[in-house]
Amino acid sequence: MTSLRGAAYVVGVYEHPGRELPDRSVAQIHAEVARGALADAGLTTGDVDGYFCAGDAPGGPIAMADYLGIAARHCDSTDYGGSAYVALVSHAAQAIAAGKCSVALITMGGRPRSGRRRPPAQDNPAYPFEETYGHSNPASYALAAQRHMFEFGTTSEQLAEVKVAASTHAQHNPDALLRKVVTVEEVVGSRLIADPLHLLDCCVITDGGGAAVVVSPEVALRLGRRGAKLLGAGEAVKHTGRSPIDLTYTGAVWSGPRAFEEAGVTPADVDYASIYDSFTITVVMSLEDLGFCEKGQGGRFVLEGALQAPHGRLPYNTDGGSLCNNHPGNRGGMTRLIEAVRQLRGEAHPAVQVPGVDIALVHGTGGWVGTRMGSATLILGQEDA
Amino acid sequence: MTLDDTPLPTPEVGFDVDTEPYWRGAGEGRLVLPRCDECGTYVWIPRPYCPLDLSPTRWVEVSGRGSVYSHSTVHRGERLYAKRAPFVLAYVELDEGPRIMTNIVGCPPDAVTIGMPVRVVFDAVEETMGIAIPRFTPA
Ligand SMILES: [Zn+2]
Repeated sequence: MTSLRGAAYVVGVYEHPGRELPDRSVAQIHAEVARGALADAGLTTGDVDGYFCAGDAPGGPIAMADYLGIAARHCDSTDYGGSAYVALVSHAAQAIAAGKCSVALITMGGRPRSGRRRPPAQDNPAYPFEETYGHSNPASYALAAQRHMFEFGTTSEQLAEVKVAASTHAQHNPDALLRKVVTVEEVVGSRLIADPLHLLDCCVITDGGGAAVVVSPEVALRLGRRGAKLLGAGEAVKHTGRSPIDLTYTGAVWSGPRAFEEAGVTPADVDYASIYDSFTITVVMSLEDLGFCEKGQGGRFVLEGALQAPHGRLPYNTDGGSLCNNHPGNRGGMTRLIEAVRQLRGEAHPAVQVPGVDIALVHGTGGWVGTRMGSATLILGQEDA
Repeated sequence: MTLDDTPLPTPEVGFDVDTEPYWRGAGEGRLVLPRCDECGTYVWIPRPYCPLDLSPTRWVEVSGRGSVYSHSTVHRGERLYAKRAPFVLAYVELDEGPRIMTNIVGCPPDAVTIGMPVRVVFDAVEETMGIAIPRFTPA
């Protein structure tokens, strides 16, 4: 097996409709999204033989396989932070291709809005060298944004366009946390959280979750539901172990080309992109690193509604993304995957459904662009792609 | 922007056997970094084996001078800094090469610029004798 192209299909997805869930356990959210994704696929837990989860799964994969009643003969709990679920699709495809399972369930859920936010891991050897100085999620991405502005002339107004596009999409999503369309002026006029990032440059904090079902081509064939075909996948870890940190790029410089090469397509072939948008700068840097524009041109790329569905140059995050819709567990990869599958099925909201999506990209960023991070990229296509 | 000249937090740093010399060195007014015996690289984050070749490292004193690589004035601090914002989080590129996360102190936040020369200062940790936190100030 040298390629994952066509090795697996995403045949079921489910996004939890809740955004504030004070009366549910995190495990219960995992059960609800598992139920939803399996129903979407036309499968039951009895059909599942592979279980995939990440750091949000209470008790880890053994405990959750027990809780969900899954007779797993293959498990994977690779934790790339918010990008984990994007990578887990390709890990599921690898396991399916190797005959280790044929129906893989991926679940995620979290309650950072109504419950407690998870603090950074204190056993990370880097912890005292960052926590001591006030490193936080917004501050980490702000350091990258500041350097991006310095090197490439990127402006706050350009970053704001990323949020404007997301809000334009979110107005059509009844489940979205923030449905109000905002302007560039409102974004740059919102209070500074970590200079140069304003409140409206930051994603929302929500409870909720999502799940996906990934199956072999044989299983996909006998299901009635249209699936998204996996065409290519890439992943990468970017860290500072081998050179001083360079804040101008993300791990997408590696995960993107790996995915495109496997899929046999180029950025110009992508009809719709789901890009994990923890902050507006995350999207601008991802667009550059994935090859949608030259390095440093991301701020110019997003101007003039380029990201807006249905007719922008590269419609993105048509559910409103993490900037407006949903950011369950402070991990945005799963919900990005789900919207890409909706777009390929033609099941996005009619106002934002991109006509004739043949190729969709899903990209996740996990961890911190300001320290160390995981990146995962998927290229998905129609069944005949 | 008004200068909040109340001190930044000086928490009890959770060092371990790998990193104690860094914080003890700071307590003695010296910035020390591990340097690889084999390839001579200054290693950041401090660790006993060089991430380039897994050869042992040895603690050496560095100049404590550098320049700002990037910075952010953080207006909403979290955890230790929940009540101490705004403050400046920064990466300083040391003259010896590493880019290290730190705070810029001793000047108004909006005076901090990329490329600005800085030098190390040490904020003593009251709770732990002989430990200090390296921060940087305009040189
Ligand atoms: Zn070495």
